[in-house]
Amino acid sequence: MRRLIVIAIPYLWLLALFLIPFVIVVKISLSDVALARPPYFPQWDWSAGWQGIRDFFAELDFENFIFLTSDDLYWKAYLSSAKIALISTFLTLLVGFPIAYGMARAPEHWRPTLMMLVILPFWTSFLIRVYSWMGILSQGGLLNSLLLSIGLISEPLTILNTDTAVYIGIVYTYLPFMILPVYAALEKLDGSLLEAAEDLGCSRLSAFWLVTVPLSRAGVVAGCFLVFIPAIGEFVIPSLLGGSETLMIGKVLYEEFFSNRDWPVASAVAVVLLLILVVPIVLFQRNQQKQAEAEA
Amino acid sequence: MPQKVFAPWEDQDEKPLIRFRDVTKRFGDFTAIDQINLDIYAKEFFALLGPSGCGKTTLMRMLAGFETPTEGVIELAGQDIAPVPPNQRAVNMMFQSYALFPHLSVWENIAFGLKREKKDKGTIETRVSEMLKLTRLEKFARRKPHQISGGQRQRVALARSLAKAPKLLLLDEPLGALDRKLREETQFELMDIQEKTGTTFVIVTHDQEEAMTVASRVAVMDEGKLMQVATPDRIYEAPSSVYVADFIGDVNIIEGKAHQTGDRLQVDWAEGQPALSAKTTDDYSLGQTCYLAIRPEKVAISAERPTGANVLQGEVLDIAYLGNISTYHVKLPTGHVIKAQQANTRRIARRPFTWEDKVWISWSETAAVVLNQ
Repeated sequence: MRRLIVIAIPYLWLLALFLIPFVIVVKISLSDVALARPPYFPQWDWSAGWQGIRDFFAELDFENFIFLTSDDLYWKAYLSSAKIALISTFLTLLVGFPIAYGMARAPEHWRPTLMMLVILPFWTSFLIRVYSWMGILSQGGLLNSLLLSIGLISEPLTILNTDTAVYIGIVYTYLPFMILPVYAALEKLDGSLLEAAEDLGCSRLSAFWLVTVPLSRAGVVAGCFLVFIPAIGEFVIPSLLGGSETLMIGKVLYEEFFSNRDWPVASAVAVVLLLILVVPIVLFQRNQQKQAEAEA
Repeated sequence: MPQKVFAPWEDQDEKPLIRFRDVTKRFGDFTAIDQINLDIYAKEFFALLGPSGCGKTTLMRMLAGFETPTEGVIELAGQDIAPVPPNQRAVNMMFQSYALFPHLSVWENIAFGLKREKKDKGTIETRVSEMLKLTRLEKFARRKPHQISGGQRQRVALARSLAKAPKLLLLDEPLGALDRKLREETQFELMDIQEKTGTTFVIVTHDQEEAMTVASRVAVMDEGKLMQVATPDRIYEAPSSVYVADFIGDVNIIEGKAHQTGDRLQVDWAEGQPALSAKTTDDYSLGQTCYLAIRPEKVAISAERPTGANVLQGEVLDIAYLGNISTYHVKLPTGHVIKAQQANTRRIARRPFTWEDKVWISWSETAAVVLNQ
């Protein structure tokens, strides 16, 4: 009995905080927009009994999903989000791997401090950190003043309100999610493996490619998913740092909900986004499982 | 025609494969290796033996190229190897942890070094199957290291380090992770493989039995210095110092003052006791401090007073029963405890001595080694 309760807790948690909200969103996505409160139709009519339930289901349809395919804004937004998320994931890996590598090779007594430094930015509000990037990247911002004063550029660069600023923002925000799993993988790496590779004729560089890289793969994959999955639905960073051309699905979602007050279409956008994300999430789970098996 | 005994170290004309000349290695203030001179010959199975921290691993890592000597020269086949990086030395190492690549199969692990030499596919395949056969791993070629047993992993590590046919193979505590029975089997396997391949082996171990079993010569190390370099039987029967005598096997050490006549030494070791006599070829001045080292198995124990050069009476303090032999700890009236060993040729029920029995112990003049340090 006690075992059953213990098992039930996570399932109840998922049921209450994921499945039920998701069912509600799916339901809204199948409804029609209405000038009402809440702004969609049909509503569940308890008083009408069995007939009410049948009427309710009769009113649901896939109109909103069909609408998503008719306007190319949506699939362009999905594609653009995926592109931005992919590129930023790659950039995060490019920045994060050397940092994780350096941390793993640092003297042991330094590692907790370095770890602390990686996590430290989280102690400041995310919004404030993104806003401060606006101050750094704007035309008269810190970066431009610095570059102008040392004479590297003669005209201020336009970085804020471009995709570049979005990349900078995403890489900066999600860097710890990349560093931590990669660091965990690299730290476990037995130094004698690299010595063995050298002993068998590898140069330092080829030992890195043949031993370090494949053995940190699981950490790299985990880090990439941890960055990619939230980045694809990112809203705050593109709306604060990106320009009007920066098209991301998170922004579209926001517009539908709050500017158009079209909850059904917004819900449909969200459901499709979730379906798109299911693929990398499943891949991520399999990667974790494979790693667990390899370690057992 | 008698078979020629393998002993290149006794041949003046023989050139050593490895030569350490005044090699010193310091890590900061700590001197790991202190002015070592050592020759190792081709086809030797050479053991570096010592307690942990004695510098044996550092010595090996200098051969592999992972450390460079602070002072002195290491020559491999007459060449100073200091400027040669580890990946270009004709030396391979079998790591204590085996250091098998977990993401590669047994086959790929063994082929790893060959692939780095850019050998063609056919050559690699032939060589790998040779190695698999040598180490009896054919059935496990496709497995990953975590899918095989500890003993098999040890053999993969050996096969991998032998695949490139190195001039010199270094083995760092190769059998440390195996249980006793497997270790003993593997020792003979190692010797067999060493003989078949004709490779020079240098093994690092803290297990004296292992060193004695496998090695053609043993170097006993302590605190970065070589205490003695000799064949296992010389190390055991003619240790050069109390340290070596004590480190290898069990030994009784009796300190006394020397009184020499010819090759016979009388040792005054305790007040009111007759001097002990031993033979030595060394010269001792009158009254010089010396040590008698007597192996327990060379001390006879009996109920009746025997005749012999050194006869002492005592009382059985303790009996260590080891199955095949028993070690009796005999307490002398002077307070010394002498260990005497007897083979248990009879069943236990008929053991002749028990605790607190008065017994006689005796040993011959040649049984003890006289040491001056």
